[in-house]
Amino acid sequence: MSDFSDLYQDLILDHQKNPRNFGELAGANHHADGYNPLCGDKLSLFLKLDDQGTIQDIHFKGSGCAISKASASMMTVALKGKKTVEAEKMFHEFHDMVMGKIDKAPEDLGKLKVFEGVKEYPARVKCASLAWHTMEAALHNEKDTVTTDDGKGSES
Amino acid sequence: MPTSHPVSHQELGSKPQTFDVQKFRKDFPILTRQVHGKPLIYLDNAATTQKPLSVIEAENRYYQEYNSNIHRGVHSLSQQATKAYEDARVKIQKFLNAAHSSEIIYTRGATEGINLVAQTWGRQNIQAGDEILISAMEHHSNIVPWQMLCGEKGAILRVVPINDAGELLMDEFKKLITPKTKLVAVTHVSNALGTINPVAEIIEYAHSKGVPVLIDGAQSVPHVKVDVQALDCDFYVFSGHKIYAPTGIGVLYGKLKHLEAMPPYQGGGDMIASVTFQKTIYAKPPNKFEAGTPHIAGVIGLGAALDYVLSIGLDKIAAHEHELLVYGTAALSKIKEVRIIGTASAKAGVISFTLGDIHPHDIGTILDKQGVAIRAGHHCAQPVMERFDIPATARASFGLYNTRQEIDVLVLAIQKTLEVFA
Repeated sequence: MSDFSDLYQDLILDHQKNPRNFGELAGANHHADGYNPLCGDKLSLFLKLDDQGTIQDIHFKGSGCAISKASASMMTVALKGKKTVEAEKMFHEFHDMVMGKIDKAPEDLGKLKVFEGVKEYPARVKCASLAWHTMEAALHNEKDTVTTDDGKGSES
Repeated sequence: MPTSHPVSHQELGSKPQTFDVQKFRKDFPILTRQVHGKPLIYLDNAATTQKPLSVIEAENRYYQEYNSNIHRGVHSLSQQATKAYEDARVKIQKFLNAAHSSEIIYTRGATEGINLVAQTWGRQNIQAGDEILISAMEHHSNIVPWQMLCGEKGAILRVVPINDAGELLMDEFKKLITPKTKLVAVTHVSNALGTINPVAEIIEYAHSKGVPVLIDGAQSVPHVKVDVQALDCDFYVFSGHKIYAPTGIGVLYGKLKHLEAMPPYQGGGDMIASVTFQKTIYAKPPNKFEAGTPHIAGVIGLGAALDYVLSIGLDKIAAHEHELLVYGTAALSKIKEVRIIGTASAKAGVISFTLGDIHPHDIGTILDKQGVAIRAGHHCAQPVMERFDIPATARASFGLYNTRQEIDVLVLAIQKTLEVFA
């Protein structure tokens, strides 16, 4: 165990090196762009929803740090096949987990619990949550780029 | 004429061991603390410097012994505070070799100094179609105030390009000065690249075309001897916190002829000669530009910081930091994944770098775990990042208390970062 394993776990490093569902998605019917002005991370999210509100496919592209890239990659894996209501629920659970608002990570987050360590790194919370904010915006087809800037310099 | 120049290797070679860094380190209480169980190695001096005990105590003493408002009371405490406040102005005047102490205006920092000039001198002198010339290596604080002014007035912002080493293209600078140019505003030392600009040459050329010059000295005053009369600059700004003084206090130097002609910045107390509901007569500089109760403790702290720096000697500090720059550049260059951004021949103690395709924020987090504090990001200089086609850099920047051993730890920490992402 190195000093860095609480944040940079093997699973995170694996997704950072080999991001899943990376690149534009042909036939996507939902899309949003996300931007973290603090570090310049940029992310585009593509969703293909069917009439029943199921996420048939989900892709992302962009550039960013290991945390933001791995978070986006693992989110796409976790959300594929999920209903939008489930995706929204997971978004809130993930957000509360990385913000340290809950003591124990919810079980239904599965592998995403690997990001629980982020709560010890306040400067990196936005890195982990950028993909999720962008996904939420894509569900609602928001046209403006999502930024993690709330004017306070830290996530609330 | 030119007052700023990098220290040459030869000069250093002649007296290598005259700088007792271990003695000076004891002056900075924070340097004894640990971060994540490791000794703090503070290499983020371009963001802000640590404070020596003499500065902390000077501020403390003000609050504990003679806290009171200035320029108002006839009581002893107010007189003592006023004296300390105005004595510091004289110290700053001497530090910059300004002709008059009334040319020294207290601000919150370099940013406010630039905004002050833009909103007073700028509004008075810039008109539609005029041009303001800045450089491609400016901090956002020397871009945005001018953009705001240009937007308001219908003026145009022009930018002097830089080369791949991060040096200003002086030929382009000269070409960009036209009869439309009404102001040149450039940084003395680049915060993102470390480049020391040939400001004396810039000022001389601009003046030969009748164009006044503002110099952003935020990154230069802690490292380079500045003589505003020899430079002949029209305005010079800096921040106290980058020269071992508290945050929230800075300085605008302006030539008296400009300060006298400029309208006030903010209205309020202390900036007036007399007020009636019909008419207010403004005070003379510097008070004209210092409305409201100022950051008195900060001013006193800044005075103490300049005393501290001068007690060591700015030339000695510059030579020590240059030695660290040379040592650090050589050490980092041995790591094959390192790409140093900013390789100007004249450089201050700043090493900006990328590490393969590892994002600087990941570098910053892993270095922090090893006690090493560096800056990661765009350094409020997004156009510089764009120029080099990178999202961000990691940046180590040196102060008077840094050592070669600390750079050795930095190198080890970078190697560990590479291992994590191998």
